[in-house]
Amino acid sequence: MRKVYGRIDDILGDVVTVRALDVAYEDLAQVTTRYGVSLAQVIRIEGNKVSLQVFAGTRGVSTGDEVRFLGRPMQVAFSDDLLGRVFDGKGVARDFGPPIVAEMIEVAGPSVNPAKRVMPSRMIRTGIPMIDLFNSLVESQKLPIFSVAGEPYNQLMARIALQAEVDVIVFGGMGLKYDEYLYFKNTLEESGAMGHSVFFVHTAADPTLETLLVPDLALAVAERFALDGRRVLVLLTDMTNFANALKEIAITMEQVPSNRGYPGDLYTRLAQRYEKAVDFSDAGSITILSVTTMPGDDVTHPVPDNTGYITEGQFYLKNGRIEPFGSLSRLKQLVNEKTRDDHRALMGNMIQLYASSRETKEKKAMGFALNSFDERLIKYGALFEARMMDLDVNISLEKALDLGWEILAQCFEPEEVSLRSKLVEKYWPKD
Amino acid sequence: MGSKTKASVVAVNGNLVTAAFEGVVIQGEVAFVVSGGLHLKSEVIRVEKNHAVVQVYEETRGVRVGDAVEFSGELLSISLGPGLLGQVFDGLGNPLPAIAKEYGYFLPRGVSISSLDDERPWDFTPVAKPGDEVSGGSVLGTVPENMVTHKIFVPFGMRGGYKVKSLVDKGSVTAKDAIAELEDDNGGVFEIFPRFEWPVRVPIKAYEQRLMPDEPLVTQIRIVDSFFPVAKGGSFCIPGPFGAGKTVLQQATARFADVDIVIIAACGERAGEVVETLLEFPRITDSRTGRSLMERTIIICNTSSMPVAARESSVYTAVTLAEYYRQMGLAVLLLADSTSRWAQAMREISGRLEEIPGEEAFPAYLESRIAGFYERAGRVRLYDGQIGSVTIGGTVSPAGGTFEEPVTQATLKVVGAFHGLSRGRSDARRYPAIAPLESWSNYTGILAPEKIAFARKLLRQGSAVEQMMKVVGEEGTAMDDYLAYLKAEFLDGVYLQQDAFDSVDGATSQQRQVKVFDFLLNILKTDFVFSDKAAALKFFHKLRSVFVDWNYTPQDSPRFEETAAKIEQRRLEFAAKEESS
Repeated sequence: MRKVYGRIDDILGDVVTVRALDVAYEDLAQVTTRYGVSLAQVIRIEGNKVSLQVFAGTRGVSTGDEVRFLGRPMQVAFSDDLLGRVFDGKGVARDFGPPIVAEMIEVAGPSVNPAKRVMPSRMIRTGIPMIDLFNSLVESQKLPIFSVAGEPYNQLMARIALQAEVDVIVFGGMGLKYDEYLYFKNTLEESGAMGHSVFFVHTAADPTLETLLVPDLALAVAERFALDGRRVLVLLTDMTNFANALKEIAITMEQVPSNRGYPGDLYTRLAQRYEKAVDFSDAGSITILSVTTMPGDDVTHPVPDNTGYITEGQFYLKNGRIEPFGSLSRLKQLVNEKTRDDHRALMGNMIQLYASSRETKEKKAMGFALNSFDERLIKYGALFEARMMDLDVNISLEKALDLGWEILAQCFEPEEVSLRSKLVEKYWPKD
Repeated sequence: MGSKTKASVVAVNGNLVTAAFEGVVIQGEVAFVVSGGLHLKSEVIRVEKNHAVVQVYEETRGVRVGDAVEFSGELLSISLGPGLLGQVFDGLGNPLPAIAKEYGYFLPRGVSISSLDDERPWDFTPVAKPGDEVSGGSVLGTVPENMVTHKIFVPFGMRGGYKVKSLVDKGSVTAKDAIAELEDDNGGVFEIFPRFEWPVRVPIKAYEQRLMPDEPLVTQIRIVDSFFPVAKGGSFCIPGPFGAGKTVLQQATARFADVDIVIIAACGERAGEVVETLLEFPRITDSRTGRSLMERTIIICNTSSMPVAARESSVYTAVTLAEYYRQMGLAVLLLADSTSRWAQAMREISGRLEEIPGEEAFPAYLESRIAGFYERAGRVRLYDGQIGSVTIGGTVSPAGGTFEEPVTQATLKVVGAFHGLSRGRSDARRYPAIAPLESWSNYTGILAPEKIAFARKLLRQGSAVEQMMKVVGEEGTAMDDYLAYLKAEFLDGVYLQQDAFDSVDGATSQQRQVKVFDFLLNILKTDFVFSDKAAALKFFHKLRSVFVDWNYTPQDSPRFEETAAKIEQRRLEFAAKEESS
């Protein structure tokens, strides 16, 4: 039952209003203009007035254009043939490959019953000490990289993706520069990972609103792979662009903004996507790694702020390094008990000392005399930055732990670090 | 019992649906939007002429103009009765494991399952007898439920006096079996069942008197019990930026708090955290009862991806269950994580209703709603003389991590204790990250006030010296000031900080806190003599490392007293002469 309506009443921002009957909330429609066909979605119904957000934008839409309701919500094709393919924000192939003939699945489906989740228990090893040792990444975790523009966040994300042992990688690009998209594609192709990857890419040149569909498409596909028992890693970059598109629509719809123009339901909208991260009881899992750029390095900006409350920690990338302050993995406690008996204690202790070392550095910068402990704290800070924090360091967790003890022993006496005597006896370098 | 009112959808805006109706509509009554064969549960929140606006507790995808709307004539309610303990419900009281069993991995729309298992038999013992005068809240009998004696009440909503006409004998009953007949003055006869409905937004007031909350609620978290205590029947809030440790703190409280029942309202937060509780609690033994921790716990779980209107009502569902168990003379602790998500749910709905927004777009009634919620905490004397209490602890997730925002401010006005978490402390891994200088409590704790006053004064002094040292440097600081700073740091390091993940340090009993604090106070009050500042620093470093070892030592281990002696010996080494003689 396809209904066609030919009268557009209002065109406001990227939203058009038509008079139509028997239309369901969130259904899709096609708007045919002389420039092409665009997808639209019902976002409000008042009597016979139906408001639709037009994904390709409304420039060129005429009041006489045809709106054809599809009688269904957004769907995406799903099959194993998706692997190795690249699609745009509407789910249409952008790699000139053959169209996918497959089962159509619902996007943004219902949330998982918490009773069917299991506790995450497998660590994802990355070879990066600032992650493995200090903020372990865990399968089924949702974790953003907080960063300012210009930092190597996409490189970091690609590196983690390549080292992670997962069955499927689903990439969702939002507002990407074309070269960033090519970077991801080339990196995955060179390493041979493209064969088990699916790309949904919206570039900065595509219509803004098409960003909105990317996370839903990527996560719907990921969810099906996970239900088939596969371990899926979803990469989403950059979620700030997604949030900005939400803001645009909210303002067009005259919603009261809550904070810096963002709608009051920003938290819910972000959470509905991030909460797709899951470890299913007796099926696969979805791990979400995302990028959230922070305008002006401001973590209190509504997008990183709301994200931080949703995700299970964050990696804070600054000056090309993962900062220990501001970075956090909430799930690390679930895995770092089983790694090695010194992991937890060393993790907390080294960061406490690094915090003191930073304070001492400030003290030095202000010209105060330093005592011998201060001097050693400064030495410790330098060693910590060079041998642990540098992103070029690529060592196993066990090597990183040994290295930690080595750095401590180079700077301090055992009683100056408040570590349990049992651990000191076992691991403190003897010579 | 549905009403005869006819209605159909005329507008859809997110989770708000407007229905044109003919007949009678009650503000707050439950309605169902019938869409695609599904009955989507909703609640009337506004009536304008012949239009009723309902907030739908499910996603509204697929709802059309013309879809029927049915009205129930009842306010949003939950079934009360035996069998609630150990359960996991969504925000409306549907048991999630039962839904999973029936529908698999996902939460389907339009599903409603009773919060109580009507088939489960209970061993009923009558308390009342025929001829007794009773009223709403009177106890007719009891059934054993896990470790509590579950009382079977005359439903709280039955006003006026009744006479017990008949009562079943001791034996097996289910929640839906009639256990008694009551007769009112006019000869009307009412059947009473163990289960009955109660509207969640209405406080249960079937008690004789509200009492002062003057009995400490021991959480076994040192900084809370010793410095910022919570009282049974009181309320407290934990605001903090993300990553400051709110959730770990709440989980530790849920585990170790000295109460009979814990109700966890996971409101708009991560599903993973609920799962952790869900899977861990059944495996942990409650030291008070020797039974699994889950048996004393109820989880109300409306995580962030679940529908937002149900999030708004989930805190009321939780507090209603808390009040119900309070009626049995039990101490109940309700932990709501996070009240900010609840406030945001109100904001979303208010925005869609196009109400005039207050600060940061929160509705103008934000403060009164928050106050109304926390006021459902309390310690009461029941009709039978027993004392029951509901303690409410809510986390607040302030936008941008600043406490100057509407939800934190509205909450601070009504709670009795404030445990403010600080980003600085969590960055420095000083957990629990409760800020010792900014937090406060109006309740009396387990330690003598003058001891706490001394310790807090030292902490303030230490912090002042630390600030000063940043300006004048260590060499410009007097030895006395420097020692105050070291002592404050020592107190922080060995007492305020606590390792939530350690089996011994994670929970410190009241008795151990009293003992250790006295011991610590003796150190803090000692006049030490050091040759220079480096020697002082070294001394406190060493002492701290031994003290931390002591915190990790079980009290019944022989090493406990040995370590104490070792610390005392070190203290005497550097104590001024007149002290040590």
